[in-house]
Amino acid sequence: MTSNGIGAPVRRKEDRRFITGSGRYTDDIDRPGQLYAHIIRSPLPHARIKSIDANDARSLGGVVAVFTGRDMADDGVGGLPCGWGITGKHGAPMIEPGHPPLATDTVRYVGDQVAVVLAESRAIARDAAELIEVDFEELPAVTSIETATAGDAPLVWPEAPGNICFDWEIGDAAAVQKAFAEAAHVTTIDIVNSRLIPNAIEPRAAIGEYDAGHDEYTLYTTSQNPHVIRLLMGAFVLNIPEHKLRVVAPDVGGGFGSKIFHYAEEAIVTWASKRVNRPVKWTADRSESFMSDAHGRDHVTHAELALSKDGDFLGLSVRTRANLGAYLSTFGPSVPTYLYATLLAGTYKTPAIHAEVKGIFTNTVPVDAYRGAGRPEASYLLERLVDRAARETGIDPIQLRRRNFIPADGFPYQTPVALEYDSGDYGTCLDKALELADYGGFVKRRKDAEARGKLRGIGLSTYIEACGIAPSNVAGQLGARAGLYEAGTIRVNPTGSVTVLTGSHSHGQGHETTFAQLVTEALGVDIDSIEVVHGDTGKIPFGMGTYGSRSLAVGGMALMAALEKIKTKSKKIAAHLLEASDADIEFENGRLSVAGTDRSVAFGEVAMAAYVPHNYPLDILEPGLEETAFYDPKNFTFPAGCHVCEIEIDPDTGVVDVVSFVAADDFGRIINPMIVEGQVHGGVAQGIGQALYEQCVFDADSGQLLTGTLMDYCLPKADHLPDFSVTTNVTLCAHNVLGVKGCGEAGTIGATPAVINAVVDALSEFGVNDIALPATPERVWRAIHSAAA
Amino acid sequence: MYEFDYHRPRTLGEARDLIAGNEEAKLLAGGMTLLPTMKLRLARPSDLVDLGDIDELQGIAIDGNALEIGAAVRHADVAGSADVQRLIPALAFLAGQIGDPQVRNRGTLGGSIANSDPAADYPAAVLGLGASIRTDRREIPADDYFLGMFETALEPDEIVRSVRFPVPKRAGYAKFPNPASRYAIVGVMVAETGGGVRVAVTGAGPCAFRVTAFEDALKADFSAAALDGLDFDAPDLNSDLHASAEYRVHLVGVMAKRAVQAASG
Repeated sequence: MTSNGIGAPVRRKEDRRFITGSGRYTDDIDRPGQLYAHIIRSPLPHARIKSIDANDARSLGGVVAVFTGRDMADDGVGGLPCGWGITGKHGAPMIEPGHPPLATDTVRYVGDQVAVVLAESRAIARDAAELIEVDFEELPAVTSIETATAGDAPLVWPEAPGNICFDWEIGDAAAVQKAFAEAAHVTTIDIVNSRLIPNAIEPRAAIGEYDAGHDEYTLYTTSQNPHVIRLLMGAFVLNIPEHKLRVVAPDVGGGFGSKIFHYAEEAIVTWASKRVNRPVKWTADRSESFMSDAHGRDHVTHAELALSKDGDFLGLSVRTRANLGAYLSTFGPSVPTYLYATLLAGTYKTPAIHAEVKGIFTNTVPVDAYRGAGRPEASYLLERLVDRAARETGIDPIQLRRRNFIPADGFPYQTPVALEYDSGDYGTCLDKALELADYGGFVKRRKDAEARGKLRGIGLSTYIEACGIAPSNVAGQLGARAGLYEAGTIRVNPTGSVTVLTGSHSHGQGHETTFAQLVTEALGVDIDSIEVVHGDTGKIPFGMGTYGSRSLAVGGMALMAALEKIKTKSKKIAAHLLEASDADIEFENGRLSVAGTDRSVAFGEVAMAAYVPHNYPLDILEPGLEETAFYDPKNFTFPAGCHVCEIEIDPDTGVVDVVSFVAADDFGRIINPMIVEGQVHGGVAQGIGQALYEQCVFDADSGQLLTGTLMDYCLPKADHLPDFSVTTNVTLCAHNVLGVKGCGEAGTIGATPAVINAVVDALSEFGVNDIALPATPERVWRAIHSAAA
Repeated sequence: MYEFDYHRPRTLGEARDLIAGNEEAKLLAGGMTLLPTMKLRLARPSDLVDLGDIDELQGIAIDGNALEIGAAVRHADVAGSADVQRLIPALAFLAGQIGDPQVRNRGTLGGSIANSDPAADYPAAVLGLGASIRTDRREIPADDYFLGMFETALEPDEIVRSVRFPVPKRAGYAKFPNPASRYAIVGVMVAETGGGVRVAVTGAGPCAFRVTAFEDALKADFSAAALDGLDFDAPDLNSDLHASAEYRVHLVGVMAKRAVQAASG
């Protein structure tokens, strides 16, 4: 390997531009003659639009146009499509209501798009927005799963009785029933997975630009997957063919899933740019992000676990209601179904599992994938349930987990909920985590804490996740309406430098470094001579983008396949130059040599020969050295691990202090350990955020988002977090050439249950066996207080 | 933000002239509340009179047995002042707990108490230490100053010049911050002063208030234990998604004890 190849903690190549303020984000881009769009949003959770009077706004100086949903509908603009269809019980398709980019007659959540103002400046657009009078007829609204599923609940959509979008199931109900009949013990839990608001540091933004001369559109947007946006918006919303629509997602400041989806504003600015024949820019402010970026999680679940007298898991029954919000976001329906219930085996060999999931419409912001997307919900449920089972049966929570782990020699393992795990070693991750956490020393640390008047608790989770949804044909059978492969191109330039074109998109993950490491490892090209290009449908052959921790395991594998083609062709060129058989050419450390001789050429000479083919086998080889590959994975990858959290509670105030956090993860082969560690840190911070700090509250009466600013919605800050202790244990993925699995979401999946298990452990002396997310000081204080009373 | 005219007077007199008779004008100190409110288009002043260049509002001075702090002195300067740290360490500590570094380096004492946010820290210090507020026309004792939520004894065009803090025998501040905003959900200043023991609470009610039941108990015995099990007459306490009134009542007791311990430590 070269010094910057696989396994090296190479410093991130992209950081120079980020930390010197030279990044180029969507809002940094200004197009000549550009107008500014301001979206008028619904102040009500549910209302009929009786009329919109924009006359005063239109006559304000500097206002170019005001458009409503009617204008878009009259132009034949379609609705925002849903990218995953769910088929419920008895073959019932999900209810899929229309989703016009601007509401035509009814608004369904506070923040729903009503109209757009285009003006010469942002300030004028906002001034004009205040002059627009929308006459609403207020309708009754539901903002929570409980109120939406109550008997006489008002309907978000008349076509969805009971506000049910789908009623879906997976697994074997009869087998589960049998397991419960034979159970020595049944542990039950009712659990809420709280709603989260993503809050990427860069708010969403979009610029639409129409070129009348070529009848072409360009959309600059804060997206994790520009090709997917081109497909969805071009084909379903605006009817623009691919060759007339370029989508650019330049530097993007974080996504966490919230920038996967096709949003109304992208369609609005693109459509409007043709209407007014000028570029149109929209940038969300933070308040707008809170009420318009898709939210995450929001499940209410009842679950039961059947155990034998020795603690073997016999069966698991899960009934979940999942809040989808007012409209189906791009991948909303897939998150609480195929990305959630399929993970309910966890790391355990539970033989019978059955899950029912109802998708529920409410008058709230649409819900979709947020870092982890379904898997944190599964992990939180399972790891809380297992911990409770341990307490109820008196079996040590570690022993209970070990007893039920799928053993290291048990792979491949077919779960009762569709997935086949290819590899793993859960016991070793657990061992490593316990050692790093000095689990044995906890009793003493708890005593010390008692002496200081603190309640100390320890908790763990042994999670699993599934990355890189695959293969495409199976996903298609399950309802995916897109392929789930990835494309990549290796372009070797004439002087031997390399341009890498990848359909993956980096918005914080460090692809420009990690992917360069793959190339330097394969071709021996200096890492500084490798440029990774992403985020532009005008440059990249194709792409499905970045989500579900798929970039390395899917996008990286496309690059590996392209690199293999480059190596094969390079050997043929070298064989010609060295007058040898290509079977005898060895390619190592950037040199191609004839085996067993000292005859060799540098890779750069091969590249030059390919582009200046004077001495070149033109009769059998095309000139040039550029290869593209599409890679469709054979299966998901299955990272797993163990997180151990230790907390202290101040019983006087209820404040929970995370005093130690350990993560021992199996991500398969690791390309850049520093970047992986950073991904774990970020994920764990978000997992702790859900456990202790982040709280999304809608007012039940008014439907208003009460936590709509960072003054009320608490993102975890540096002083809320401990130093993390992070380690890895590697088992290789069995179905890709590098053995890589993915690491982007693991932190959020493992951390939340570990923290809450620790809080419950600390409170167990008060008879507490559950606490709501987030475990705020007041909730913890009440738990102690009500027990004492 | 709506359009406004911006003024930067050099003297208090000029500032007075600029706002006299102009009800739509606003004084700008650190702008930590006013500017975000304007950005959200919730305030629409016609004129902003920036007090940042007026020397008369600057400086921390020792005045007999008191500290006089100019209205335009920033939180970070109070927190970092050797005089404040030596004479009223609880006040320096309190200033260092406000908001975040950005807020502490922009926000001012005068701005904070003129705004009288129910969750601001300074009102607890002003009331708890028995300070007096010196304005361009008079001196207002702290006990007469805080009237309600965002409501003070100031006339609409009255400008705070400085706050005079008598040096207490001992004092302590304990704060339970909102983890999102770092405002006080409850903050308690306890001080043993020449005029007796004072206990002032911020964050819990519409504005800072004193807890006489605690003061009486501490007069008899200045110890945390003296507050054990003590109830107090709560005015209309705040109840919101961050903390119920019941929890705030509890926190007032806990923070008062911690403030006593801090004062005694």
